[in-house]
Amino acid sequence: MSITTEKDFLQELNKEAETIRLSYVTKLGDRIIADIYKNAEQISKNVILNDTNKKNWTLKLDNYLTSKIFGYPFMLLVLGIILWITISGANLPSDMLATALFSLQEILSRGFLDLGAPAWLHGILVFGVFHSVAWVVSVMLPPMAIFFPLFTLLEDLGYLPRVAFNLDNLFKKAKTCGKQSLTMCMGFGCNAAGVVACRIIDSPRERLIAVLTNNFVPCNGRFPILIAIGTIFGVGALTGQLQALAVAGIITGVILIGVFVTFAVSWILSRSILKGEASSMVLELPPYRRPKIASVVYRSIIDRTIFVLKRAVSVAAPAGAIIWIVANTYIGEISILNHLAGWLNPFAQAIGMDGYILLAFILGLPANEIVFPILIMSYISSGTMIELESLAELRLLFIDHGWTWLTAVNVMLFTLLHWPCGTTLLTTHKETGSKKWTLAAFIIPTTVAFTVCFILTQTVRLLGLG
Amino acid sequence: MTVDFNAIPLSQLSIGSSCRIGEIGLNGLLRRRIQDLGITPGTTVECLRRGPSGDPTAYVVRGTTIALRKEDAYQINVFPI
Repeated sequence: MSITTEKDFLQELNKEAETIRLSYVTKLGDRIIADIYKNAEQISKNVILNDTNKKNWTLKLDNYLTSKIFGYPFMLLVLGIILWITISGANLPSDMLATALFSLQEILSRGFLDLGAPAWLHGILVFGVFHSVAWVVSVMLPPMAIFFPLFTLLEDLGYLPRVAFNLDNLFKKAKTCGKQSLTMCMGFGCNAAGVVACRIIDSPRERLIAVLTNNFVPCNGRFPILIAIGTIFGVGALTGQLQALAVAGIITGVILIGVFVTFAVSWILSRSILKGEASSMVLELPPYRRPKIASVVYRSIIDRTIFVLKRAVSVAAPAGAIIWIVANTYIGEISILNHLAGWLNPFAQAIGMDGYILLAFILGLPANEIVFPILIMSYISSGTMIELESLAELRLLFIDHGWTWLTAVNVMLFTLLHWPCGTTLLTTHKETGSKKWTLAAFIIPTTVAFTVCFILTQTVRLLGLG
Repeated sequence: MTVDFNAIPLSQLSIGSSCRIGEIGLNGLLRRRIQDLGITPGTTVECLRRGPSGDPTAYVVRGTTIALRKEDAYQINVFPI
């Protein structure tokens, strides 16, 4: 008997043994389970008092929150309100932090000069490291400190499973799992966290699709870019609360585009490289609970805000130094940064951006939080350092560099759709254990981003609107 | 084994009505999940509501609410009460 037939024989024998075992185990298992439940029922009958009042509350709320008429609009409304509170609440503390940190920069700068530090050291540490960190802190900290607690509150209330309940049918049409909406919700905070959250999806195929598309939900590192550009170019004329409301509307629209792309890409993946049928889904809808405020604040501030901020700062500091060096090292008459931007410019122009923007996105691979500071630093590196304390100055800077509404829209779309950050890619590799799928997690969004921006730009230019 | 002609798939249970679980025709992981949640033969289950677009459906089992897709609920035989 050759080895292969022996192996085949063994395999067949194993299979048969497994079938017999399973047929008995199912029967035996059923009896054990029925017995356990009988026991549990008896115990619970004796010790548990039913709070019908609380149940009625949940029933009544669900009559609205998961109804045909209000289910979807309410989800949109909740998203819009959270964004609006975040944007309008973050404005003032952001400005205050920026003013404080940039005046600290001046003091630092003077200190360096007084000590007679060499210009390059002064540049790297103050204009490179400190400037980037100050930007990241002042732009990111306030929205995070508002957004995360609000989101944790929603989680604590028990609303998120209802989102999955409402959206499952759409996911089923894309042949994926409704729980993907929960992993997308996590992605709002951080895509790396969203990718890890995909473990809750049972089917490996559907889990992989959720991992590969998580990036289409803008994470906290990308929100500030969307908010800043939305404010500068979307609603320049409005002021105060009206402005915050309009920006919240724009961002909600951007998120809806991201959700649409998630469905579209999931649909395509389910019918191409990850072919398969929708598997089952079991979803528990727990009763609504009164949130524990202290635990919400602790969890959102310590576990999330500080965690994400720490990561952002630890990336921004060295990145700031490197970018300052690249911007201030000259080959011939032109700095390395300008060389690179010049080389990228033709590609960038085709998708309605410029070389500096594309370079900022590329250099921002370690963390999306630093894309904006890199862009600003490269725009102003040619001239003297200017203080950018208000969005109006930022608007002037961008318009000076040839930005139009089309540039703004393209940058927002590219921010939403482009490749995941380094941390997310590393997490994807860890979760999938495969270089191939990590590469796919990079290539799919990149292709989508370039395609969408290219088509939009060429169409607008063809129609002569831009 | 007696054949009960009144048995219908759980997915056909109308909203607001209750039933007793008969046979669970599911296999593997899903069967385990369903049983872990307390859906065992003889258990009373109430059909609570359908999702905004008609699927999934929420059922009340032993005081908890559990949502199942039509395709999965179809595999569970029940006797309406």
